[in-house]
Amino acid sequence: MKNRKLEEQIFNALMLASTLIVVGSLLAVIGVVIVKGAPALSLSMITQTSNGGFYLGGAGGILNAIIGSLYLISASISLAFVIGLPVALYLNEYAARSKSADVVRLCLDVLYGVPSIVYGAFAFTLMLILGARASLLWGIITITLLIIPIMIRGIDEIIRTVPSKLREASYSLGASKLQTAFNVIIRQILPGIVATVLLALGRGIGDAASVLLTAGYSDSIPTSLNSPVATLPLAIFFQLSTPYPEAQERAYASAIILLGIIVMLSLSARFCTSRFSKFVIR
Amino acid sequence: MQTITKPHIRVQNLNVSYGDTQVLKNVNVDFPRRQTTAIIGPSGCGKSTLLRSLNRLLELTEGVKLSCKILVDDIDIMSDSVDVTNVRKRLALIAQTPNLLPMSIFDNIAYGPRVSGMSWWNEIDGIDRMVERCLRASGLWEEVKDRLKEPASRLSIGQQQRLCLARALAVDPEVILCDEPTSALDPISAQHVEKQLQALSMDYTVVFVTHTLRQARRIADNVIFLYMGEVVEEGPAESFFSQPKSAVTKAYLEGAFS
Repeated sequence: MKNRKLEEQIFNALMLASTLIVVGSLLAVIGVVIVKGAPALSLSMITQTSNGGFYLGGAGGILNAIIGSLYLISASISLAFVIGLPVALYLNEYAARSKSADVVRLCLDVLYGVPSIVYGAFAFTLMLILGARASLLWGIITITLLIIPIMIRGIDEIIRTVPSKLREASYSLGASKLQTAFNVIIRQILPGIVATVLLALGRGIGDAASVLLTAGYSDSIPTSLNSPVATLPLAIFFQLSTPYPEAQERAYASAIILLGIIVMLSLSARFCTSRFSKFVIR
Repeated sequence: MQTITKPHIRVQNLNVSYGDTQVLKNVNVDFPRRQTTAIIGPSGCGKSTLLRSLNRLLELTEGVKLSCKILVDDIDIMSDSVDVTNVRKRLALIAQTPNLLPMSIFDNIAYGPRVSGMSWWNEIDGIDRMVERCLRASGLWEEVKDRLKEPASRLSIGQQQRLCLARALAVDPEVILCDEPTSALDPISAQHVEKQLQALSMDYTVVFVTHTLRQARRIADNVIFLYMGEVVEEGPAESFFSQPKSAVTKAYLEGAFS
């Protein structure tokens, strides 16, 4: 009896310690970014595009990178969702329990672990073959490729948790597989879909390596799919690698802006989820 | 009576196996029209399997092999030319535990007609009236009429089961199949559901699986007794309970095994 109590206490302490380490590191990252970046933060940073001298410490802002990142991520998330959702539904509702579904899952798991620079290099090779130049379009394609495995496997895992009696209920009322998938399964997993989209969004919007070669960089807001586009992670990267302390400070300020965007998107997504999850069967 | 009217459903040579285990052996039974038939027998005898093969829900189960002819009004619903979604609509199933859809009370009922593009209720009256009629028929209307837009999962479990009944009625079935519909409910809710089922048996062919002999005695017109995957005895409830022909039935009725 005493032993079991001791065990319980030891494991409790260990779990508490790991939680503290995780939360602590997160707070440390945010703290450093805020402490170093807050002094350089200014309204002009989010309202102006960068002029020639901005990265050398001159006037201007990173509106071009903010808008560029938002363009990139919204297009990529939409594409990855439109491609990923049917695949996840197919794996579960049509090809369930088949060998080929397992093979697809294995491939996706491998792709999940591929570093983003490899996606960038792959897309860059394609661009060379096709004679394309770095542009918003190629940035979108690369980021989409990067987040598709996250999207599919995320939704896939959630669909697997849908109780089979839900499908049975729908089938017994005369619904087809497609109707069941779209009217019942999707309703049931809506909160999970939002969580998956957030996960994919976090990876997509924060990645620098994949867009380095494919999206290029530009001081202005892109006007077409063919123009090169600036992104926040690259803005941070470029400013950090300059020798000027002013520019380096602005890198941290840019990171604050990136964090802010992610926090805002997460909060609004969570707000939506709470409205969807009302109908979910538990 | 049963001898004159033609049976509504005829099951011929039903054989079902899960993997290597055969669970139903050469079952041949009839279900008379607009009567209540109870399928009884000890656990694991194949009651639910028989019920679920009637609306072809069984074939969705992994590793199941089934062969039979099931004639509903003389048409073999197992044939390839038959639309399976239509079969499931004609033979509505009420599961053991309420299996609600992730929607509001109203939408749970409207779902069936909506997915099948049915218009019978539209012609008579609007969808609102259809929902109301189904809820009244399952004895739930008074309790939920002010909260139709609420998530169905907020209802009590007994109400949920009656909602499932209302939902089944909405697709205008001919047969209502119930898989131990009251076994997961508290006694009062169970009584409610049972009462509604009894009322419906005037208009529908009802087939229900039950674990409790008392329930079968109360509401069944006919009884099918399954034991180890085979039909031991079937017939009108009255003679089944008062004069069982087989020794196994007698032993079961006396509670020798369950």
